[in-house]
Amino acid sequence: MADTKLTANPTLDGVALKKNTEKHESILKDVWEGVYSNKAAFVSLCFIILLAVIAIVTKLFPQVLPYDPNLQNLSQALLPPSLEHWCGTDQQGRDILTRILTGTQISLTVGFAAVAISLVTGVLLGSIAGYRGGATDTIIMRCMDMMLAIPSILLAIAIMAALGKGVEKAVIAIGLVAIPEYARIVRSEILSIKESDYVAAARIIGDTDFQIILRHILPNVLPSIIVRATLGVSMAILDTAALGFLGLGVQPPLAEWGDMLGRGRADIFRAPWLMTFPGLAIMLTVLAFNLLGNGIRDGLDPKTRKR
Amino acid sequence: MLKYILKRILMVIPVLLGVSVIIFLITRVLAPDPAPVVLGEHATQEAMAAWRVEHGLADPIWLQFVNFIGNAVQGDLGTSYYTHQPVTREIAARFPATAELAICAIIVAALIGIALGVIAAVRKNKAADHASMLVALVGVSMPIFWSGILLIILFAGILHVLPSNGRVAPMLEPSGGTRFFIIDTLMSGDMEAFRDVLRHLILPTLALSLYSMAIITRMTRSSMLDTLNEDYIRTARAKGLKQRVVNIRHALRNAMLPVSTVIGLQFGSLLGGALLTETVFSWPGIGKFAVDSVLKSDFPVVQGVVLLVAVIFVFMNLAVDIIYAFLDPKIKYGNKEEG
Repeated sequence: MADTKLTANPTLDGVALKKNTEKHESILKDVWEGVYSNKAAFVSLCFIILLAVIAIVTKLFPQVLPYDPNLQNLSQALLPPSLEHWCGTDQQGRDILTRILTGTQISLTVGFAAVAISLVTGVLLGSIAGYRGGATDTIIMRCMDMMLAIPSILLAIAIMAALGKGVEKAVIAIGLVAIPEYARIVRSEILSIKESDYVAAARIIGDTDFQIILRHILPNVLPSIIVRATLGVSMAILDTAALGFLGLGVQPPLAEWGDMLGRGRADIFRAPWLMTFPGLAIMLTVLAFNLLGNGIRDGLDPKTRKR
Repeated sequence: MLKYILKRILMVIPVLLGVSVIIFLITRVLAPDPAPVVLGEHATQEAMAAWRVEHGLADPIWLQFVNFIGNAVQGDLGTSYYTHQPVTREIAARFPATAELAICAIIVAALIGIALGVIAAVRKNKAADHASMLVALVGVSMPIFWSGILLIILFAGILHVLPSNGRVAPMLEPSGGTRFFIIDTLMSGDMEAFRDVLRHLILPTLALSLYSMAIITRMTRSSMLDTLNEDYIRTARAKGLKQRVVNIRHALRNAMLPVSTVIGLQFGSLLGGALLTETVFSWPGIGKFAVDSVLKSDFPVVQGVVLLVAVIFVFMNLAVDIIYAFLDPKIKYGNKEEG
């Protein structure tokens, strides 16, 4: 719609709007170039795709797994890693590798879903605060400051204690605690963008506040949000594992990496593999999202690319 | 400047009030009734009702909140549902353990982080840079509890050289004093206990410091790289000063400003990490106490710990801002100076 008006009014305002639209299209190209040109980021992306495939396949076709992730077999308890059980077995005789593969479902689901919650809410609150300014800005940002004053993991633990165990509750707890960071990023970006030529141009041609935020401001904030969201998934996965480790995560017998680590603590010296492999799975996944985030940031920020 | 500091101190009040509202909503409105958890599933309805009255949980929510805030302002955070001791006393008994661990962790994180960051910047794009950045990357990607577990497996389980839990061997525990065991054992001159305290501190300190160390390494490297490109560094080199003198006396000193901010902010976030580290190492601090209390629905304790951590966090931020304002002549506060 903005483009139609643009052809009708080929003025300075139109030029500003056109430049802005072209910029939006180049963001995805920059992201891809950043990832493709950075070996570590590209390998990480492949690893994350592999994890996603594992999560989907183990959910839809559990028969491909070598063992049942939840079937207890006490005669096979605490077996060390072998050709038969590559990562050993746990106290209930369940194959650890199978449980790690199944655990991908929860880690990725919580990671992405929690980021979706914090991203949508944070972007919305940050946009309103930055665009409206004044008392609205003060109220929203002071609320964000209050949430930031409590360490996120402590807040997530308190929320989980109140809501009880469960995947969807972990998503809510982890999603809620990350909202202030997105709100802050978006607000500060909007403060610098809202006085620019193309926003003034959009205002002149009669766009409403909502249209301006959606069409002109948010696409410009997108680079910072993409980077933050990628790193946010890694933080969400770490938080999920931390909740699981403390016994506040999923309901047994669901396989979740943090929960597996927490349950292995009693046999830390007798069966160290109980804790080594789930921990490795968490670290590699988090590392992959961090490296991917770095690659995307390099692609979107020419200053970082040089360095 | 004084006006700015006063304004910032006054702004702490609404933030802490807000934190109280958030934690009150979570523990008293969202959370289920703690009576069956505390009294057990077999408690009678009458017993539970009497217990709720005794702990003020039968009052209307608004009255509970007013009482909570009114008491908190006077330093009364209620009593634990289990130990029946004042929460402030319970926290005060455990806080030195957490503070000692967090202080050691931030010192280790700062020393190693700054050293790695400087090496990475000075040897940019060389093996030392890549190695430092790899350590930093692993540091931010490793779950804090997993690094603790790996350290326990290696140093306590395989090598048998360091203890895996507690602050000190029970028979060597110093009595009274500050409850900061390093200080207490030094003051009493008990070197055996002092050595034991240090041995107990090593693994949790390393585990807790890893994340902050990684952040400080990255920040130091980036800040040093910016500084090394400045004109005054070229001038210093042109004057014929030794490379080491230029790097340390000129570059690092100027690069320290943003790094010191990060160190200050990391201290606050270390308290969050302490929750997990203390659980892994059975460290008797407020972190483990908070986790245990959450699991037992001992909400007055949870409220107390969250408030304490928030107070520390807010005042650390405040201190960082004020120190920053003093250190950086470019930053001016107040309306007149801004213009």
